[in-house]
Amino acid sequence: MISQQPIISQQAMASHPGPETPPDGAVEKIAIGEPLRLGAIARGESVTTFVHPELAKEEHVLRILTFSLWYGPKQALFDVSLDIPRGKVTALIGPSGCGKSTLLRCVNRLNDLLDTIRIRGDMALNGESIYAPAVDVIELRKRMGMVFQKPNPFPMSIFENVIYPLRIDGIRDRAALNEACEKALRSAALWDEVKDRLHESGLALSGGQQQRLCIARAIAGEPEVLLLDEPCSALDPIATGKIEDLIHELAGEYSVLIVTHNMHQASRTSHYTAFMYLGNVIEFGPTPKLFTDPSVRETNDYITGRFG
Amino acid sequence: MSATAPVVSTPAEAAAVRPKRTRWRTSLLAHGEPSVWLCGGALALALLMIVGLLVLVAYQGTSTFWPVPAVQIKTAQGKVLLGEVTRTETYKPEQGVIDALTPAEKEKARAEADADEGWVRRRLLRTGNFDLTGTHHTWVSDFQVAAEGEPEWALVVERFTWGYFYGTPHKFVVDGKPQAETPEAAWQLFQEHHPTVLERQRRRVRLEKVELGELSAEENNARLAVRDAELRYGEGTPEVAAAEQRLQEVRKHAHAEGDRIRGEITALNQQNDRFRIVLRTADGEEVNLPLARIVRAYPANQLSTGDKWGVYFSRWGEFLTDNPREANTEGGVFPAIFGTVLMALLMSLVVVPFGVMAALYLREYAKSGPIISIVRIAINNLAGVPSIVFGVFGLGFFCYLVGAFVDGGPERVQVTPLSPLSWWLGLTAAVLVGFFAFLAYLQGSQKERRGTILGRLLGRGSLVLWLGCFGLVIFLIVTIPYFDGFYRAKLPNPTFGTGGVLWAALTLALLTVPVVIVATEEALAAVPNSMREGSYACGASKWQTIRRIVLPRAMPGIMTGMILAMARGAGEVAPIMLVGAVKLAPELPGIFPLEHLSRSFMHLGFHIYDVGFQSPNSEAARPMVYTTTLLLIALVALLNITAVLLRRRLRRRFQVSQF
Repeated sequence: MISQQPIISQQAMASHPGPETPPDGAVEKIAIGEPLRLGAIARGESVTTFVHPELAKEEHVLRILTFSLWYGPKQALFDVSLDIPRGKVTALIGPSGCGKSTLLRCVNRLNDLLDTIRIRGDMALNGESIYAPAVDVIELRKRMGMVFQKPNPFPMSIFENVIYPLRIDGIRDRAALNEACEKALRSAALWDEVKDRLHESGLALSGGQQQRLCIARAIAGEPEVLLLDEPCSALDPIATGKIEDLIHELAGEYSVLIVTHNMHQASRTSHYTAFMYLGNVIEFGPTPKLFTDPSVRETNDYITGRFG
Repeated sequence: MSATAPVVSTPAEAAAVRPKRTRWRTSLLAHGEPSVWLCGGALALALLMIVGLLVLVAYQGTSTFWPVPAVQIKTAQGKVLLGEVTRTETYKPEQGVIDALTPAEKEKARAEADADEGWVRRRLLRTGNFDLTGTHHTWVSDFQVAAEGEPEWALVVERFTWGYFYGTPHKFVVDGKPQAETPEAAWQLFQEHHPTVLERQRRRVRLEKVELGELSAEENNARLAVRDAELRYGEGTPEVAAAEQRLQEVRKHAHAEGDRIRGEITALNQQNDRFRIVLRTADGEEVNLPLARIVRAYPANQLSTGDKWGVYFSRWGEFLTDNPREANTEGGVFPAIFGTVLMALLMSLVVVPFGVMAALYLREYAKSGPIISIVRIAINNLAGVPSIVFGVFGLGFFCYLVGAFVDGGPERVQVTPLSPLSWWLGLTAAVLVGFFAFLAYLQGSQKERRGTILGRLLGRGSLVLWLGCFGLVIFLIVTIPYFDGFYRAKLPNPTFGTGGVLWAALTLALLTVPVVIVATEEALAAVPNSMREGSYACGASKWQTIRRIVLPRAMPGIMTGMILAMARGAGEVAPIMLVGAVKLAPELPGIFPLEHLSRSFMHLGFHIYDVGFQSPNSEAARPMVYTTTLLLIALVALLNITAVLLRRRLRRRFQVSQF
């Protein structure tokens, strides 16, 4: 079970200053000329996140507040602070093992299922704490949708797959279920392909369709945040293209947090990008700016392929 | 490298002439061919043994009922034997045996023995006619044979009692007057009259068994009602008087009805007794056989292939649908089939839910740790406990404890019931404890207490209270003062307090529960974690995930466990010998009324043991052993195939497409 260290109180969270934001207009190109800090980060020295000022203008749906996590004795996340803007797509990029997926799975507390995890810090979904002891994890997870690396449709019909979140809420009204199913499938751009075979097995679809089915399932419960954990890593380029288009369309209506290995995908689909390295968020800013004009040298080196 | 190699100085030269490691040609052992042969050989041997066993059982089992020609042998001593050859073997006769022979025989025997290093052939003749000769079978050595033939009118007769009869039809008698004097005419008349006689015979048996049985059961119930009233209200009370009056009425009715039925039976018997066939045995004795005593007769040496198949299938039909006769060596095994199937179904009804629930807890809820490891080891060991131990436990616990309690209440199991006051106090306490347990659970699981020490304490306390409540309820059931058995009137004759099909099914459920648990656990472990995560991410609780995702996915594996358990349970004999299987069950057990579950039953496995090793007529029983074995194997295979088909239908739903 998760053993928690002192947690930031509700008031503290409200008045939390958030990640360090340089004063507007005074963005210096501090890091480019400086020596790489990769070794220092690896030694566990703390790094302050460089947050671009554009983010301060956004309304935040999800706030991650100095969140740390340990797998047994090994620390995997170091005081991560991120404010995820509402209605936008935010990408988490970084080399393997930098903690992107771990962070994502902490948002809906899927890591609770592991025994060896310890955490410190908190997150807040629309101002409500995620890790407070009184939080009902089940209710919490109903407020988020999640899509995994490998498509994982359930062994049931397409229809039942999509309305699964409603089923477990005990909704029986056939009309409501049908409507929710069609809406979710349309949003996931799958309706035209499957509308004639809603009652066939979800496992009979192709990989790309399965992943869109999973997205439909994730949005059927009308979540406040959509968490995508490398949703295209098991798909071919054509299916990947469809999913990316879909993510683009979902923005606005949904707030999306997407973990990706693929920098091009991040640049194509997201509005904001956070670069993570060894459990630290190094830089967080608007995607075009991060990819063309990064403010931190490590980011620059990573996106230009010098390491990672 | 040779020792005379020049001394090298630079590193480059050293590398160029560095001695090469001597390489052996890869040996046969390294290629691993011998181990392939060894493994393949072991598999082939195992397959050979299994196939050999199956072929033996199938051949012997299917050939039992095939009609063979009847052989008439005249021995040198002038004895005439008529019968079917059931076995042929060679043996070395002792010198004394040959010396005692007549000179002609001696010469023949010597010649035969010399031809094959002292071995001579002998045949086992099923000569039947047990009521005349006192033996079913006779060995005939070839050197004893003076003349041999297959008489045209040799008739093989299967009788309801006394086993087979071999002879030639001589006369057909109706009302004591001979109707036909030649074999053909007698056989003609036999064929004409036998079906109607058999029909009457069947009606007679039904009247005796069903209608008279019902009457006596009615009377018995009325008598038990009187006894019950006596026990309940005391002697001389109006309730007893009423019950007694009812008993009188039932008795009067039963007498009248019984007389009517007995009259009907007598009439049928008289009708049947009119038809008789006179047969002449091989040594010339005439035997007058009533047709009603004959199950089936056929002229063995005149049968066409079609007739032979007719006899064959008629015997199979009798075997599968009839009751056994002649100490189980003849007739059918229907009660045993019924008992086996009923027991296996009852068993799986009990074992599957329990096994699945236990496996669910072990795999999905319990945290892995030393205790869970010990539990797993214990379960696996349970599968290895000798089955007779389960039989002893079943007899001691189910029959003599639970069964006795059901029969006669607490006093029957040496428990003094509580006084009503303390019992009600106890019940109140149990309700209160249960209420507090529920309250503690509700309080402990409230949002603000989740994860706090108080919440955890409340949770633990709730568990302890639940356990206490459970124990108290068991105690209260055992010491209930208001219950004195459902079958008290029948005591001291036990109803549930002895072996029966229910207790046998429960005992076998205990025996097979490890099989189900292990198979289910494996099936649960095979459900991909990504599915569970997907479900949790949708906001499903653990139970919802288990019920909607994990269990349906694991269903084929659970079915496998059920198949294995059924196969094991249906074939197990040792424990059920103690808890309810009997040699001959006069009445079939059934589900309704519930009381029938207390009946003892016949079981194919036990039947094999009984026929093969407890039978007075072991030679006649031998083919029946094979046939019953074949049937048991077929039955287990049938149960398995049904379950496999069911499993395949389930599995089709979970087929994953390729991408």
